[in-house]
Amino acid sequence: MKKNTVTSLVALLLFFAFSAFKPAPKSGKCKLIICFQHFVDKQPLKLNDSLNRYLNANGDSFYITTFKYYISNITLTKTNDETITIPDSYLLVNAADSSTFTQQLPDVPAGKYKNISFIIGVDSLRNFSGAQTGCLDPAKGMFWTWKNGYIFVKMEGYSPQSSDKKNRLVFHIGGAIAPNNTIRNFSQILPKKIKLKQGHEKQIGVDVNAAALFRGKSTVDFSTLNFTMGGPKSVVIADNYSEGLFTVTN
Amino acid sequence: MYRIIALFVITIVFCSAHFTRYSKDNFRKYEDSVRFAVPSNFPKPVYDFKNNPLTNAGFMLGRYLFYDPSLSKDSSIACSNCHQYFAAFANLDHPVSHGVDYCLGTRNAPALFNLAWQKEFMWDGGVKHIEFSPLNAITSSCEMASSLDTIVHRLQKSSTYPALFQSAFGSSEINSQKLLRALAQFTAMLVSANSKYDKHIRHEAGGEFTNEEETGYRLFKQHCSACHKEPLFTDFSFRNNGLELISADPGRDTVTDQETDRGRFKVPSLRNIELSSPYMHDGRFSTLQEVLEHYNSGVKKNANLDSLLQKNNQLGIRLSAPEQQALLAFLKTLTDYEFVNNKKFQQD
Repeated sequence: MKKNTVTSLVALLLFFAFSAFKPAPKSGKCKLIICFQHFVDKQPLKLNDSLNRYLNANGDSFYITTFKYYISNITLTKTNDETITIPDSYLLVNAADSSTFTQQLPDVPAGKYKNISFIIGVDSLRNFSGAQTGCLDPAKGMFWTWKNGYIFVKMEGYSPQSSDKKNRLVFHIGGAIAPNNTIRNFSQILPKKIKLKQGHEKQIGVDVNAAALFRGKSTVDFSTLNFTMGGPKSVVIADNYSEGLFTVTN
Repeated sequence: MYRIIALFVITIVFCSAHFTRYSKDNFRKYEDSVRFAVPSNFPKPVYDFKNNPLTNAGFMLGRYLFYDPSLSKDSSIACSNCHQYFAAFANLDHPVSHGVDYCLGTRNAPALFNLAWQKEFMWDGGVKHIEFSPLNAITSSCEMASSLDTIVHRLQKSSTYPALFQSAFGSSEINSQKLLRALAQFTAMLVSANSKYDKHIRHEAGGEFTNEEETGYRLFKQHCSACHKEPLFTDFSFRNNGLELISADPGRDTVTDQETDRGRFKVPSLRNIELSSPYMHDGRFSTLQEVLEHYNSGVKKNANLDSLLQKNNQLGIRLSAPEQQALLAFLKTLTDYEFVNNKKFQQD
């Protein structure tokens, strides 16, 4: 009897000692891995390739030197229509840094999912919440110091059709305040439903088509639109890429 | 067996007691020296330190950074170069800021005080959070011409900063968030609320107005207080006060991309105005007399001119010479000598 008491006491102490160091494991969490692949229409995106240029919908030739974007507030819908918004899901993908092509969401609840949606950019609240860390660190070069808020999509390059002195293309799309709000939502039914089992991981693929910035609602002519840093011209580009920038391929 | 258990229990109890005492000591060390207090005649502040708890070490680190020129590209310019304490943290006698390599900026450095009550910063309101307010100057090629990465790297390598970050944030790791938060602890603490005017309002000793100041206060309430709203002496709106027919500086338009915002600038606070010359977004007026004369006779009608400056088919604010004198006397009651002489805000 005494021995039992002693054993339980030791067990209890050990439990407290360990629970102090290690948080209790969250039940039913799975990992979802998103793999981004970049294209300009059918061609894979290759940065700084001035010899093999792409054509925009207007027929202007161009090449790309920078392509970076945020997605945030990733929301998954279960087959029973329950929606799960992944807390603190802010991803910054940089076409020049392959380590950003694979992004992990480590805390997704188990379940069967049929739809994914996210914000292209950063939600309004987080644009104005003060100094952030991680991919939202303003040192990442995706934050405007003179007109606060994040640059949601940044594309830079060159086109002989650009009327800029150096033929530059500068598309810094951002702004979370009306009438020039460029926050856009993406939503797609998954081509294949994904079943996440407790403790397991699954991978989905997302194709990103940079050509989507320049067609859709408005066909962009680089001789007239080659520079924007927020404002009405950024709205034109955001309206374009709200369709066609992302395609989930599973 | 019992001995082993007893030893185990004692060890655990001792360890936890030790940790508790350690953290309490840490806390006590900084507990009561810096405190953010809302003056009784002020509204609720915007910045509440919720995500950035104010500590003495954090405040001291912020002050150290504020006075440190190594934040600029060539280690020549600190925040304090253009924000001088004796000018209520404006830039005395400098119409526009002087940056690295003798670069001249385009706007007058604003005075820094009561920033915890501001939602938007800079003349055009482009900065939306006090923690971001140093970013403009740090990165502008005509001001400090540096970058957050460069500064963070420099501070990490320095012999003093890791220890200062350790005491301020409990870890010697330095990142841009801690840098900006430390600076915000210092700048948000710059509260100016002990002018003669404040004492007058709070019925404290030293707050008795002279007849001229009383007359000036009456004129102020009649002609100026709609924009320069008490007690902060600004309503934080953006207005065009008729400096030019076509504003050379787009002003608020820079941020909103609205033609109707061209030439609108943030209404500056009038507190400490006696000390923070020159005046206007481009520092074009060097004396308060010139400012009053602008409102009296210099207001130019443009499409965005504020409606309060064109009432009854009359441009500006017409005031006689004695009225201007009285108004100036009142404006000088807004000088807070305790604030500008406060050693806590000055370099060690």
